[in-house]
Amino acid sequence: MSRRIYVNGAVWLLLLTAALWLPLIGGYMALASRVLVYALAAMGLNLLLGFTGCMSFGEAAYFGLGGYGTGLFLTHLTHSTVLAVIAGTIVGGLAAFLFGPLVMRRRGIYFAMITVAIGQIFYFIAERWNSFTGGEDGLAGFSRQPLHLGFAIVPLDAVAFYYFVLFFFAIGAGVIALLLHSPLGHTFIAIRENRRRAQFLGIHVERYVWASFAIAGVIAGLAGALNALQNNFISPINLYWVESGNLVIMAVLGGMRSFWGPLVGAIIFVGIQDYVSSYFPNNWETFIGGLFIVAVIFFPNGILGIVRRRMKAA
Amino acid sequence: MSLLRLTNISRVFGKLVALQNVELEMEEGRLYAVIGPNGAGKTTLFNLISGFFPATSGEIWFDGRQINRVPAANRVALGLVRTFQITEVFPELSVFENVRIGVEAEARCSTRPWPGRALIRQINQRVEELLETTGLSAQAGRIVSELAHGDQRVVEVTMALSRRPKLLLLDEPTAGMGQEETAHMVRLIRDLHVRQQQSILFIEHDMDLVFGIADRITVLNYGKVLATGTPRDVAADPLVQAAYLGEASA
Ligand SMILES: Nc1ncnc2c1ncn2[C@@H]1O[C@H](COP(=O)(O)OP(=O)(O)OP(=O)(O)O)[C@@H](O)[C@H]1O
Ligand SMILES: [Mg+2]
Repeated sequence: MSRRIYVNGAVWLLLLTAALWLPLIGGYMALASRVLVYALAAMGLNLLLGFTGCMSFGEAAYFGLGGYGTGLFLTHLTHSTVLAVIAGTIVGGLAAFLFGPLVMRRRGIYFAMITVAIGQIFYFIAERWNSFTGGEDGLAGFSRQPLHLGFAIVPLDAVAFYYFVLFFFAIGAGVIALLLHSPLGHTFIAIRENRRRAQFLGIHVERYVWASFAIAGVIAGLAGALNALQNNFISPINLYWVESGNLVIMAVLGGMRSFWGPLVGAIIFVGIQDYVSSYFPNNWETFIGGLFIVAVIFFPNGILGIVRRRMKAA
Repeated sequence: MSLLRLTNISRVFGKLVALQNVELEMEEGRLYAVIGPNGAGKTTLFNLISGFFPATSGEIWFDGRQINRVPAANRVALGLVRTFQITEVFPELSVFENVRIGVEAEARCSTRPWPGRALIRQINQRVEELLETTGLSAQAGRIVSELAHGDQRVVEVTMALSRRPKLLLLDEPTAGMGQEETAHMVRLIRDLHVRQQQSILFIEHDMDLVFGIADRITVLNYGKVLATGTPRDVAADPLVQAAYLGEASA
């Protein structure tokens, strides 16, 4: 119990002070922002994957939709960066909510297949609808605007943007944490543990899978919105199934059963992507793939799973 | 009015007739046993009553309602709660957490993302009360998959009780248990029956046990009701004697 408080305290402290220590180890703020963005999406996904036990392979759809929502909102409707984030979050969440009934009855591999299929539909729409989405070239021409805080106008340079992302990351992570300690979260975990038992305790399993799917979509939408702002660009690649797979890899690599697992996974994934791709631009994915296979075979509970076992043994 | 009534129930799996024109009537407050040899259709009967799958024909009446089309999860809310022949629990959660799932469902708050303190206190209290009833208080913090088999089955019964069943369905509650564990389970079932007037329908293989505690018995054989009545009537039934003696000498 108290260990959890220390761990949480350490994580938040490190995230809050990143601007101080990251440059010392050769990192840069845009990289840290990217880690947080993907960590947030992977944590949302993990609500489904690790805590409800549903193998979603199409989370990039809601990540990408959040991005397009934000990009199009900034392009056509407003210059408020915050409103654009909210718009993107709503777009991603709404899409997941509306498609929920289509996925909630499927299980296992069928759940994975239907979620991929839905994701690919959005991918193809984004790729073909040139006039609206920019087609396969992606949507550019929008950029994150300075924040109007009333007393000051803050331009979102790399450092300020990191803290902007951290703010929303904290909201997202906080919501997930509260949820996991609520009756709703308990019920998600019960479904993961034993669907049949849950059903025969009077729980309408499908409705909860729907809820979990929609909430994961909201979080993915939020992360996608931040991703669009990070790059001032969004492209169909962000909706593609490979992106979904990346999020799954992050969650599994870090540890699906742990709250912070996806964050650890995102640090490793984005870190490798950044460092290795500068030396081997064409096959950094092989590194990730290899690492993933090793993790799945030897550490099925991810990196935090090993840490936890060590601590238990000690 | 009877609590549970099955009229002319049949269930077919392809060519196999698992249950054929079964009639069963149970009054409130009874400790009612279903017995019969392997493959007689006992679990199938429970699956029909609990809504695991539908009957091929016939009607299921519970508490004055025809429930043939009521989905399984809704039957729980009506007061029909079951356990399984092969233990179904939430293996990686603690005993406390297992029971809490049921308590939260019973409090109709499973959808709450942020419960108030009062609600949490109320839920925890109820969980503790249930663990006390079934003698699991000392194990509350333990992970269920690490418990002895017998304790795991008690956890499942406790979870079922958390939904305050009008009718508790127990599928071979003592299956795979040693002597001591069996005695504990039998005591628990008896206590529930005597102290709380809990209506219980249970499947059991152990004849001595059944004839020792049940107040009504139905004997199934090859999917048909062979006999129904008080333990004394059933024991005296020539068909039952023939079937069981036949089985014993085979
Ligand atoms: N879902 C199913 N699909 C096909 N056949 C089934 C199914 N469920 C049960 N059966 C068959 O129906 C018959 C009755 O099975 P049931 O499980 O009801 O027996 P039982 O009386 O509970 O036996 P046991 O004492 O071994 O638990 C068996 O022949 C079984 O193989
Ligand atoms: Mg059986």
